[in-house]
Amino acid sequence: MSLQTDATIPGKPARGSALTWAVVDGWTMTRRGFAHWARQPGPQIAGLLFSVMLLTVFYYLFGGGMTIEGGGDYKEFLIPGMLALTMAFGLETTMTELTQDLNKGVIDRFRSMPMARSAVLVGRSLTDMAQSVVGLLVLIGAGLAMGWRWHGSAGAALAAVGLLLLLRFAMLWLGIFLGLVAGRPEMVMAVQILVWPIGFLSSAITSPGMMPGWLGTIAEWNPMSATATAARDLFGNDLGATGGSWVVEHAVLMAAVWPVLLIAVFFPLAVRKYQRLSR
Amino acid sequence: MTAITVEGLQKAYGPKAALDGLDLTVPQGAVHGVLGPNGAGKSTLVRILSTLLRPDSGRAEVAGYDVTAHPDEVRYRIGLLGQHAAVDEQLSGLQNLEMFGRLYHLGGKAARARAAELLEQFGLGETGRKAIAQYSGGMRRRLDLAASLIMAPKILFLDEPTTGLDPRGRTEVWQAVRSLVDGGTTVLLTTQYLEEADQLADRISVVDHGRVIADGTAAELKAELGGDRIDVVVHDAARLVAAAAVVGKAAKAPEYEIETDPDARRVSAPVADRIGALTETVQGLAAAGIEAEDIALRRPTLDEVFIHLTDGGPADTEEVRA
Repeated sequence: MSLQTDATIPGKPARGSALTWAVVDGWTMTRRGFAHWARQPGPQIAGLLFSVMLLTVFYYLFGGGMTIEGGGDYKEFLIPGMLALTMAFGLETTMTELTQDLNKGVIDRFRSMPMARSAVLVGRSLTDMAQSVVGLLVLIGAGLAMGWRWHGSAGAALAAVGLLLLLRFAMLWLGIFLGLVAGRPEMVMAVQILVWPIGFLSSAITSPGMMPGWLGTIAEWNPMSATATAARDLFGNDLGATGGSWVVEHAVLMAAVWPVLLIAVFFPLAVRKYQRLSR
Repeated sequence: MTAITVEGLQKAYGPKAALDGLDLTVPQGAVHGVLGPNGAGKSTLVRILSTLLRPDSGRAEVAGYDVTAHPDEVRYRIGLLGQHAAVDEQLSGLQNLEMFGRLYHLGGKAARARAAELLEQFGLGETGRKAIAQYSGGMRRRLDLAASLIMAPKILFLDEPTTGLDPRGRTEVWQAVRSLVDGGTTVLLTTQYLEEADQLADRISVVDHGRVIADGTAAELKAELGGDRIDVVVHDAARLVAAAAVVGKAAKAPEYEIETDPDARRVSAPVADRIGALTETVQGLAAAGIEAEDIALRRPTLDEVFIHLTDGGPADTEEVRA
């Protein structure tokens, strides 16, 4: 094995501004995520099928027994809720993928290279957001196939999608933070279990008004409820009886406030935690 | 010209000091072995030198740049081969090397060309499009090494590069390292294997409890043990103590320098006068009626040097107390 012929090594790597490299390296890391999908499409397809399955289970199996306050069509209520639930469950994906990366030697190679420090997290964000856009489109397609429709304007529908993705973006940074704090795959298990009760303790698939009083209040204040209710509102779907509580009346506002608040807290925490990997 | 300068390096994880004032100088083009047991601080040293970890205090310069003040300048000039394969298992060898090339800011075209070239050099050309998950341990290590060499670094850190490899994989890595050294690369190699340090390194620093406890060439370290040794293997383990007395007297060695190994039925002692000690041992054993299976004169191994150096230090006493 001869290692002396280094014909293609350039004399010096290209120099550029820090911002340029943050963009270029972030994109390289995003392409890495896409390459993972192309190489192993199985888990991605399984993930999409799972969310569609969950939707059909809730509609066709449980739907008959579900009553929403006000007695409207459960489908109208369920589908925006499932979209919000799927965005929130994205937390798991982010945390799992990041933890797997951190526990492999490849993160050491990235950190020993002169690439932009932000690239690993930028790549994670863009890959996960792209995955969530695909996930939303598939679920909306499934909903349409089941007979669900939006009744508002296209602009309002797009605003609903925007708020759903904003919730996903908040969960992304919460997931990155938790992934960095937990660090180990066993901790991901705990989060994977906890997202279910927390996800259902919301207005995603049932009306909080039908829950015991104090539990219903917690469910109404769950950030996921704000997004679910706001999406229903913007899609022109049945909200269920709102009971006149403040947080439900201001769902669209809260669907923006909650995620922005979460991002404001967990984005800096996650970045700081990532930078402290070298401590 | 020095490639690596380390002065008074300290790093603690909580109350446990991993590095406790470590000093090290490696001239350009040399292969320097850092030898020590698990937990001696070897990996911590490599992680600081390769900018993965910040030291608590002390100074470390690599290729003329301070690792904490100018980490990116250091990063362009080093290659790192850690204990675990630092490649993306889900991607192919080609995808890995191209990605790393892009992240070194070579640009897409140059990164692709360099990736193809390295795969050929490391005999991975045909498997370049397969996912790493399907590679053997040795192939993975070779790809890992290829990834470390994308920028043809002046300085290469090898952190226990052959741990977990079979003898064939180990030989492959050794050959690659020798070839690099011929090309003028400075190598800092950490290892638990004395044989590996002996095989590859020009100079060796023996590290224990975060400090260098001995420094020199393999020959110098061996000489510290007092030169040659005589080994006697007796037929009957019950006669081992008697044999030790005979060997000790013949070798004129103080009692604490005589080692006995009941399992191997062996007595070992340092000797000054080789032939005199050998003759007296043979005669002494015959006179005492002790049957020997093997008598040999030899140079000490690095293992003995290591045990000699780390034996009975204050740290060991602590361990006994714990």
